[in-house]
Amino acid sequence: MTPAGTVARPRQWQRFSLPERIMRSAFYLLVIIAVVWSLRTIEIIPEFLYDAPQQTGDLFARMWPIDWSWYPKVVHRALMETLHTATLGTILAVILAGLVSLMVARNITRSVVLNAVGRFILVATRSVHTMVWALFFVALFGPGALAGLLAIAVHSIGFTGKFLAEAIEEAKPGPIEALVAAGASPLAILIKGYWPQVKPAFLAIATFRWDINVRESAVLGLVGGGGLGMALDTALNNLYWDQVGLVLVVIFAVVIVTEIVTAWIRNRII
Amino acid sequence: MSALPHGQPPRVAFPPNWPARLGMVVLVLYVAYASTILDLTWNRFVVGLQQGGKFLARMFPPDFAHDKVSLLLIGMTESLQIAIVATVIGIFLSLPLGLAAARNLAPRPLAWTARALIAVFRSLHPIIVAILFVKAVGFGALAGILALIVASLGFLSKLVAESVEEMSMKPVEAVRATGSRLLSVITMSVLPQVIPRFIGFAAYQLDSNLRNSALVGIVGGGGIGATLFTAFQRFDYDFVLTIVLAIIAIVMVGEIVSGWMRRMFQ
Repeated sequence: MTPAGTVARPRQWQRFSLPERIMRSAFYLLVIIAVVWSLRTIEIIPEFLYDAPQQTGDLFARMWPIDWSWYPKVVHRALMETLHTATLGTILAVILAGLVSLMVARNITRSVVLNAVGRFILVATRSVHTMVWALFFVALFGPGALAGLLAIAVHSIGFTGKFLAEAIEEAKPGPIEALVAAGASPLAILIKGYWPQVKPAFLAIATFRWDINVRESAVLGLVGGGGLGMALDTALNNLYWDQVGLVLVVIFAVVIVTEIVTAWIRNRII
Repeated sequence: MSALPHGQPPRVAFPPNWPARLGMVVLVLYVAYASTILDLTWNRFVVGLQQGGKFLARMFPPDFAHDKVSLLLIGMTESLQIAIVATVIGIFLSLPLGLAAARNLAPRPLAWTARALIAVFRSLHPIIVAILFVKAVGFGALAGILALIVASLGFLSKLVAESVEEMSMKPVEAVRATGSRLLSVITMSVLPQVIPRFIGFAAYQLDSNLRNSALVGIVGGGGIGATLFTAFQRFDYDFVLTIVLAIIAIVMVGEIVSGWMRRMFQ
């Protein structure tokens, strides 16, 4: 014992507790192992890499000059098809997601089982990619816009429904209680109590999803979903790279324009 | 009792909203018009649903035969590797690109160039990038990795740039006042503010790359997507179901892991 007894070591300040540090180190170790394992076992053919610059140069050389004359013949129609597919798909998705979100929102459906079923629908539709849904619907309905539209709609349910359900759950109970006290029917409560509160979120979600869906529907045709992707697939299979270039330019332009349009809608309306 | 003043109509609790009604009519008309453009007919839908029955019957039960499961495992492993490698490289590249795009740190021309680059990356669908890379580096996992790196760069760099622009400039000024070099300013004042949020984004990106790695295979980018597309083309629908179930399972596991990661670092 030191005579003073109070001169202890200066207190050590630590940001994380010992278990936290162990967890973090374990996590870093896990990441390193995963990366090393992936890099060592993944199959990369180095011979393909040597001529990558030439191949890339060749790619752009073949695309140029872009074959604009193909636009009025095929691409315009495909572009319209893509836009309509995305829009109709979003409308259908919003309707379906609205129903599911009513089922998921705990302040509307007071049944744990139904909530869970709704949540499962949201997760399952979201986990399967639009392209995979498109493969399914092409097998069902044959190639074309119908398959693409349903793929877009079904995949969007998960995303749209999740945010809609959150918006419904955040609705203030005041107006609802007032309507209940006035003896309003359940439908009237939904339309006059919840809808005005959910509407801004609803519009924001719908436009945001429409933006995503335009991008998605532009490539759905690669698996038979109609639209620009179909034109792209045709051009790729024919090795008409100048037409591929045209479709890529059109897709790029459409994506930029939808981004501007949705930004404008967000600023003006919502 | 009837104290309503003369000449004024009685107030209606919920007056009809004519613009909204007009909007609904326009919407219905648009749906009808677009449906004819897309050649959507009820008949086709019904025929499809009937086919759906046959289709589902061929999908059940999912095929867990030995050779199929080994194909599935090979594809899944490759997809997982593509996702991991693409996410890690994407994370390392997105930090400098995001810093370059932050308008409060980078000089103006550099910031605008970086922003334009990010905008291009973001607007290209991973599938399209994958097509271009398949042409450039050939079929296989490498094309998939490169395509997903581009997708990760678009998403992560934008978020890095945004969080750098939102951060407090005080630590930056303090470190600059000591006469530090640019690198020290970044590591000592910028990164400590940005990294906690960045890990959340990175976890989300791993998630998203896992989903997309199931996709790039359709155009030749390797992984489970290639297996899935082949199974579809061979009408091997029971194997298709196995693959789809496996994809859902791995995406859900990925979601759990990334949620766990986010909680640990925030």
